[in-house]
Order: sequence, then structure tokens, then C-alpha cells
Amino acid sequence: MATMIETKDLTFTYPAEEGREEMPALRNVNLSVEKGSFVVVLGHNGSGKSTLAKHMNAVLLPTGGALYVEGMDTADEAVLLEIRRRVGMVFQNPDNQIVANVVEEDVAFAPENLGIPSDEIRRRVDDALAAVGMENFTRHAPHLLSGGQKQRIAIAGVIAMEPECIVLDEATAMLDPVGRREVLASAHRLNRERGITVVLITHHMPEAVNADRVVVMNDGYLVMDGTPREIFARVGELRAIGLAAPDTVELMDHLNKSGWDLPLEAITVEECADAIYNALAAEEK
Amino acid sequence: MLKDITLGQYFPGHTLAHRLDPRTKLLAVVLYIVALFCAKGVVTYAIVMAALATCILVSRVKLRALTRGLKAVYVIVIFTAVMNMFFTGGTPVADVWLLRHITFEGLRTAVFMVLRIIMLIMGTFLLTYTTSPIALTDGLENALSPLKKLHVPVHELAMMMSIALRFIPTLIEETDKIMSAQKARGADFESGSIFKRAKALVPILVPLFISAFRRADELATAMECRCYHGGDGRTALHVLHYKAADYLVMIGFVVLTVGVIVLARMGF
Amino acid sequence: MEPILRVENLTHTYSAGTPFQRNAVEGMNLTVMPGEFLGIIGHTGSGKSTLIQHLNGLLRPTSGHIYLDGKDIWAQPKKIRDVRFQVGLVFQYPEYQLFEETVYKDIAFGPGNMGLDKDEIDRRVREGAAFVGLPEDVLHKSPFELSGGQKRRVAIAGVIAMEPKVLVLDEPTAGLDPQGRENILAQIRAYHKSRGTSVVLVSHSMEEVAQNVDRIVVLRDAHNFMDGTPRQVFARAEELERVGLDIPQVTKVALALKRRGLPIDTAVYTVPELERELLRLKGGAV
Repeated sequence: MATMIETKDLTFTYPAEEGREEMPALRNVNLSVEKGSFVVVLGHNGSGKSTLAKHMNAVLLPTGGALYVEGMDTADEAVLLEIRRRVGMVFQNPDNQIVANVVEEDVAFAPENLGIPSDEIRRRVDDALAAVGMENFTRHAPHLLSGGQKQRIAIAGVIAMEPECIVLDEATAMLDPVGRREVLASAHRLNRERGITVVLITHHMPEAVNADRVVVMNDGYLVMDGTPREIFARVGELRAIGLAAPDTVELMDHLNKSGWDLPLEAITVEECADAIYNALAAEEK
Repeated sequence: MLKDITLGQYFPGHTLAHRLDPRTKLLAVVLYIVALFCAKGVVTYAIVMAALATCILVSRVKLRALTRGLKAVYVIVIFTAVMNMFFTGGTPVADVWLLRHITFEGLRTAVFMVLRIIMLIMGTFLLTYTTSPIALTDGLENALSPLKKLHVPVHELAMMMSIALRFIPTLIEETDKIMSAQKARGADFESGSIFKRAKALVPILVPLFISAFRRADELATAMECRCYHGGDGRTALHVLHYKAADYLVMIGFVVLTVGVIVLARMGF
Repeated sequence: MEPILRVENLTHTYSAGTPFQRNAVEGMNLTVMPGEFLGIIGHTGSGKSTLIQHLNGLLRPTSGHIYLDGKDIWAQPKKIRDVRFQVGLVFQYPEYQLFEETVYKDIAFGPGNMGLDKDEIDRRVREGAAFVGLPEDVLHKSPFELSGGQKRRVAIAGVIAMEPKVLVLDEPTAGLDPQGRENILAQIRAYHKSRGTSVVLVSHSMEEVAQNVDRIVVLRDAHNFMDGTPRQVFARAEELERVGLDIPQVTKVALALKRRGLPIDTAVYTVPELERELLRLKGGAV
């Protein structure tokens, strides 16, 4: 499989404020994201996950090591626009990334910057809005929409660049459960139907359940990397770095401590119920 | 509440006045203002007034919406009227007490001045009522683009204007929220001396400024991420095109203004 | 026992007389008992923000009444500020309201507005800061130097320092990571326990509410939908799920097991509870 994003010993230190010691936010991170995959990056606040995301389209540049987008070095100014076109970024605060006061004008912003002809912009805007299920809001004023709807507009604004990859930098953190579901569903749909690579940064564990791969950050280090099942089975380690496995896994972990023998890979509600049911049925025989 | 403020409010519609190219409307308003300031006598004023009335009728904007806009300036209107009435030299109206200071000439100028202000405001309001803010900025940017040769940052100014328009509702909402939060901690904005009231604004203004700067910072990053790199090579979703109606309206307003100037010269 | 706060048949209409007219709250009733830890839950748009802004008189009812200690809070509109000192309201993302030069001064803003003397303010500031776990040395820093989580604690301390009879918190954990969320909730629990005053926790997370409160009020489409202990509310988990409210994952697992034919109590909402229930079942099976 082709590689979408690759980091080589990526290190980054924020410029220190007066009288404070410099603390690297990223330390020798090596990660390669395959094209077409859905990767979730987990970590508590200050773990470096958001700093990592901001390197993926050159909002931040490495202070050590390098990051490549389909082979292009983000430090190379000459390919900056192309990198940003290929890797779209959606941020946390829905209000602070919408530029225009009409939905379609906002979605058109990036293609306009790229100098795309008007007819093609029209097509892309309609297509992008349909892709996130917001086609009935073309002429609406963004400030009257819900948080989830605003974030979907922001995603559409990125889709209109026809990117290869979308990075959602804690894009669900400020949303209510309904908004979070909407955004997550849109991201999965784009990944499934259009083969767009998705990198989702979050501290909300249940969002990782349906990912292809989960990467866990702690203290600037990449500490875990695997499928959601593999990662969540390591309940104790997750707890130790301030994260919590989904309650299904917690429950089975507790039961196992009381002498049950449940597979911790059962991460969805149905899988968990099946595992428990089977264990009880076996007992009865 | 703050939310009720009307600021360049736009009433969507599908009339000719709504469909015209924003540049046409800008030009028409400029010509209308020139005509208004050149008008001197009853005839010329009547012509300009007729033009305004026609536009209002065509746009189907309710007269009430237009007069509402006048509320903000009624002090200026009254002040102008009074000043003109009392301080224009000429024949007094009558030889009793205050009326001795009011001249026929003064009354005449006062009426014309008040009409001029009212018509000026109604005309410009009609523009903002029938043109969406974004079309207006597009039109301005386009109409002023020749100035780019003189190194006037036309694109940047237009972008700033449209972002300001985008964030006005957000910041108003935020102000409401901060006010409520401070009231919940017992802040009192409604009583005390002017000095005390001004001081009471600090708990609102400080968080508001901090938040505005944070928003500006995040927005700038988000714009760069969407490949914004200034106005060079930018295209547009909506391209402005003049249609037959635009040319007709432009010709109409040129005729109006030239006509008014000529008639005013002739003393009408 | 008399409720400390009572909302009676409250209706609030926004943009009355315009095409945008809508009732954000309609015929709502609510009681808060002294010393009670109450949870209010509902979707965005269910009316919870509008409801809580009535509790301290920030909004005035279109119709209906709010009684604090049996007295209608709008009986003397000039004295509405006193109500705000007695019903402390912490807004969502309260860190965005900080404005003073130092943390100390910011926490002192509320007590200062109450007209207390210097010593009393000092005592309250220090106590408020202690409740939310802010160390002494932070008090003389600028609030803008602090981390997001610490800023939020400063804001909560600012309301606690008014020593309200009822503390209302709107989504106090919004945007925090699991650790930060648990820290804030633990501090709120400790505050409730040691002060013994009423606490109202507003949230859209069922998990969060279920694990902390004595009683839950569920709002839906501007109306009361359910009202009871967490057990009573989660006994109707299927109903909650049907109207699109998030129920705890643990409750979902219990429901899924019930569908598979297990004789299980589905009114569970924490991991230890379901664990106990399953161990009981297993014991029965052996």
C-alpha cells in the first residue's frame, strides 16, 4: 500500500516563554499512515497529539526530523500549497474556521484560492455539500447552524479541494453527542466511499472503535500503535496514561479479575454482550 | 438585547432591485447622491424624490423598514432643521418673540436640508436592504480594482470587510454570553454614575478582546490551511456579469444626474 | 421538606411576535431540594440552557414562576441581584469570562459585588480556590498564563466564592479529556459533600450525570420528559434510546443481554453495578 504521511524521527519544541524550560512536544515520532486508511490518534490534553496533527499540513514545521506527505517534505516551501491541497485540516472550534457568511461561499473559499474556474467551483461546492449531507443549506448563514452542522460545513470546505487526506484536529471536542455522531459519520463515509485517508485526533475513546488503526500519544512519544482491539485490550496501560478504555472493555476487565475469561477484543456493545452471554451459557452446561 | 441591532440588514428577495449587479447598484447610489446634493429647487428635488420612490416601489422594501433606519439619526435631523431655521438671514416670518428669528429663507433651507438627509439615508439603506453583504463586498472589490495599480490593497480591504461581516453575529452572541456570565457574578451594568458604568464594562471588554484575538489567530491558520495566499490568481464562485437591465439602469441614473445638474444650473 | 428552588409552569418565548417565535421552554416544572445533587439532561435545544438562566433571574419568564425559599424571585425585580448571589451559575466554557489581572482578583469579583468586607472576601477566595484544587501560588498569577483546565477551575471558584445556596453548573466538563473530566467531577462531589448545599449538574452525558447525582431530570423538546432517581430513569432505558438520548454503554450492554434472553436488571449504569449483577447471575447459573 502507498504511504500518505510519513514521519522520520519527528521532533518539535515550542519556543519557550521567558523563564520556562523548553519542553519538546513531540519526541522522535515515527509514524506512517497508509493511503485510504482511517487512523485515530488518542492522547490526553498536552500529550502532543494536536502538535502532531499540525505538522501534517505544515502549520507547524519540525524542529528535528521530518514529515513527508506523499514523499514531499513539508519543510519545502515550494510544495507548500500542494501539501495543503492534498491534506485538508478541520479544527476544533467550528466558529473560527468559517470565513464567509453564506454556506456555499465558505465551501468555495479553498477552490477560489486555488484559482479553479467558476463552473468547476460550482460543481465541487455542490458535490462537497452533498458528501456531508448539507446540500439543503447552500444559502444559509453559518452562524445559525448547530455545532455539528458547522463542522460538516468545514469538512465540505476541505473536500472542495479534492484532497487525498483529511486531518480532524479535535474537531469533535466542542460538540454535543449528536454533533459528534454527525461528524464521525461524515468522516467514515468519506473514507469508505471516496477512499480519502482520515486522521482523527481525539481524546474521546469511543470514536476510535471503528478505526482501522489507533495510535496513542503520551508526553510527546508515540506509545502504542495497533488495531482498536489490540489497543483497548491494554486497559491497564491506557489507564496509567490518563485515558480510559470504553466501558465495555472496562467491564470485561473487571469480570476477568473476578475469575471470568472474556476476550478483551470484544469492544462494541454487541460483541461484549455476545462474549458475556456465551460465557454464562458455557457455565450452565 | 444586542441581537436586535440592525446593521446593514439584508432582506432577501427576487425583484429587479435585488437581481441587479452590485456594481450597478453602487454606481446608481453614487449618481443618486450626486444628484441629491446638486438639487436646488422644488423641481429638481421632486425629480430625485420620484427616482427614489420608483426604486422603493421596484424593490418592494416596506416603507416602514426604511423609516426605521431614520431613528438612529433623528437627533441630527432635528438639529439641522433648527439650525437652518434660526440662522439663515432673510425676512422674518412674523414680528413676535421667537418667530422674529425665523426667516422664510431659513424655513425653506431647513425643509430642503431635512429632505436631503432623509433621502440620503433612505437611498443608501435601500442598497443594503436589497444587496447581500457578500455581493456588496464583491462589487466594491471589483469596482475598485483599478486602484490596485496604485498599490491600494483592494482585495485585502474587501476580505477584511467580508470577514468582519461574518463575525459580527458571532461576536454579538459572545458579548451576550459574557454579559450574562458576569451578571451571574453580580456585575451591575444598569446603575451608578457614568464613570461607574464605564468601569463596569471592563469585565465584558477584556474577555471579548481576548476572544476576538484568539478567533483572529485561529481563523488565519484555518485560512492558510485552505490555501489562502492573498488575492493573486483567485477565482470566484459567483462571477459578476452586467446584463441588459444593468446598462439600462446605469443609463437611467446618468440621465437623472445630468438632468438634475442642468436643471439646477438653470435655477429650478 | 420544602424545596429550596421551585419552578412552576415555566414558559419562555424567544422572538415573540416575529416569524422566528418559538418556545424554548414550555410549561416546565422543577424542584431542587436542600442539599440535593440534581442532574439535568437533554439534547442541545431541549431547553436546558434557557431553564437554568431562569433559576438565577438572568431571564425573566414569559409566564410561570420561580420560587427561591418559597418567595417569587421576581416579586421585587430590583432585588434580582441578590438572587444571583444565592443561586450561583457557572456557564459553559466559563474560562472565557476571566478578565482580572490576577486569579485572586478574578475569584474576588463575585464576593466583591456582594459588598463584603476585605477579610471575608479573602477567606472566601482562599476557600473557593481550595475547593477546586488551585494551589496558593497560582492566586497571584495572571489567569491568562494558566492551562485551559486550570482557567476553568478559577472560573468555578469565582462562583463558589459567592457561597450560593444552590450551585448550578452548565456542562462543567465540556471539552476536557477523561482525566480532566474526572478531576472536576471529583471536586464538585467533594464540594457538595462538605458544604451540603444543593448542586445542579447540567450535561448531555448520561454517564456523567448517572454516576454523580441523586436525581435526574430529563428534558426533551422544551418539556419535562422524565424525573426520578438514576435507577428509575434507567429502568426506562429503552424509551430514552428511542428518543435519541445517549444512554451509558453499560446500560446498552445490559439491554443487549436482556434481548438475548438473560433475566437481567437493566436499570444499571456503572461498571461495578453491572459487574455485581453479572456475578449474581453467574452464581445462580453454577
